[in-house]
Amino acid sequence: MDLFQYDFMVRALVGALIIGLAAPSLGIYLVQRRLSLIGDGIGHVALTGVGVGLLLHHSPVLSAVLVAAVGAVGIELIRQRGRTSGDLALALLFYGGIAGGVVLVGLSDDSSNANLMQYLFGSLITTSPADIAVIAALGAAVLVAMTVFRPALFAVCHDEEYARVSGLPVRTLNLLMAVATAVTVTIAMRTVGLLLVSALMVVPVAAAQQVTRGFRTTMLAAMAIGLIAAGAGVVVSAEVDTAPGATTVLLALATFVAITVGGAVSRALRRRSHPPREVEPPDVVLHA
Amino acid sequence: MSVLQVSHAAVGYDGREVLHDVSMTVAGGEVVAVLGANGSGKSTLIRAILGLVPLTHGEISLFGVPRRGFRDWARVGYVPQRLGAGSGVPATVGEVVASGRLARRGVFRPARAADRAAVREALTGVGLLDRIDDPVATLSGGQQQRTLIARALAGQPDLLVLDEPTAGVDAASQDAFAAVLARFEAAGGTILLVAHELGPLRPLIDRAVVVHQGRVAHEGIPPEPAGHHADPDHDHVHPHAERTKAGLLAWAPTDRTDRTN
Repeated sequence: MDLFQYDFMVRALVGALIIGLAAPSLGIYLVQRRLSLIGDGIGHVALTGVGVGLLLHHSPVLSAVLVAAVGAVGIELIRQRGRTSGDLALALLFYGGIAGGVVLVGLSDDSSNANLMQYLFGSLITTSPADIAVIAALGAAVLVAMTVFRPALFAVCHDEEYARVSGLPVRTLNLLMAVATAVTVTIAMRTVGLLLVSALMVVPVAAAQQVTRGFRTTMLAAMAIGLIAAGAGVVVSAEVDTAPGATTVLLALATFVAITVGGAVSRALRRRSHPPREVEPPDVVLHA
Repeated sequence: MSVLQVSHAAVGYDGREVLHDVSMTVAGGEVVAVLGANGSGKSTLIRAILGLVPLTHGEISLFGVPRRGFRDWARVGYVPQRLGAGSGVPATVGEVVASGRLARRGVFRPARAADRAAVREALTGVGLLDRIDDPVATLSGGQQQRTLIARALAGQPDLLVLDEPTAGVDAASQDAFAAVLARFEAAGGTILLVAHELGPLRPLIDRAVVVHQGRVAHEGIPPEPAGHHADPDHDHVHPHAERTKAGLLAWAPTDRTDRTN
């Protein structure tokens, strides 16, 4: 395939593969916590960071990381305080983030709809060698943190109170996760864009857990699905000339559908060949 | 030595005090039940002891160390009422129980052979070793509860704190539970459990603390067990013990009331 004779295509592919691997490794904890949409919210907040960067003529990636990290830590602090007002506070933060981003990008010298779209929906082809270095370094950091601290992060996301009683540094681990979310959102902004970033964190996990039994296997399977979807997304989008971010997300969703249907069919076949085993005893025994 | 000392503890939520001036002690090797109706404050008392809710007044010390400065959480095994809410992603029984080792091995050190052996041993103790690779979501309520006690035991604690361990659990699991706790006690462990019904755990209990409307209403030796339970050779393990309905009323102040505070 001579698609990759161009350096920009190679860079696009490398960037996509790193994010395809890193995003689900973080996303699994968000799904476990039932916070699947948090990445989307932080993506909204990161847009304000992009606006700040363009306005000040600094690297938009750097300012987006900083603003998204502040937003993510803020959301985490709200979450720790209590849940009732948290939902509304999150909504305010998200809409403030995206509105602030649109206004700031508009105020910058570089204001154009094309520029805004580039951040909202990704712009893989324009990734510079410097961008790739930043994406690779930050992506590797997220990947290492999420895999090395897997037992502790699993414990915190699975049962936060138990983790506290175990003496784990729960607050630090939560902040680590908030910052990692912000970093992942920002580096993935190049590939899939801020509006689709959450999909790369969540959809591979959703697809993997249709057939997996444990947390570790789900994590590995989700990373493999993310990697394949991101790589295939770049190739397919170049071949048929579609938006790479949206193509990647659609491929991941197609994988989810295929695995769900395939899993259901194989379970049905197994049930037909093996009649159901004895029924579990009831949980509650009523004493007459 | 006292494993747990609660002196004049008070806890409030949003300015409303739900626990008033509670004092109690648990000595090493003792099995103490905190009993009370729903809303009596018994769960709040346990949560305060574990540091999950802050005290507005009074003091709590664990193993002789004030709770604020207590760091040796590996010595405490906590068994919550049910599996945590974070079940959005499948997890195997082995993975859940392995979380119990983190208190011992910390965040940075990877699991070693000793950690894996402790997980298998804890699962053997609750009779679920054959389910180690199954997703916890496929277990019955009683089996999930046994998974949680295995998680606490995997950390090899000195004090087990259980919140309503037998609520809504099938009879087979309740008996398995009683046997596990009896073994833990026989090995020198200390147990503090919250319940409103003791069921097969009843023969294990050395002392009961009854909480009513946020105060200790009664503290004392539980009523003498009848029949062969009173036999000095009786080892307290009795898988087919008659399941009397031991609600709060069974513990209402009797002639054996032995208030210490």
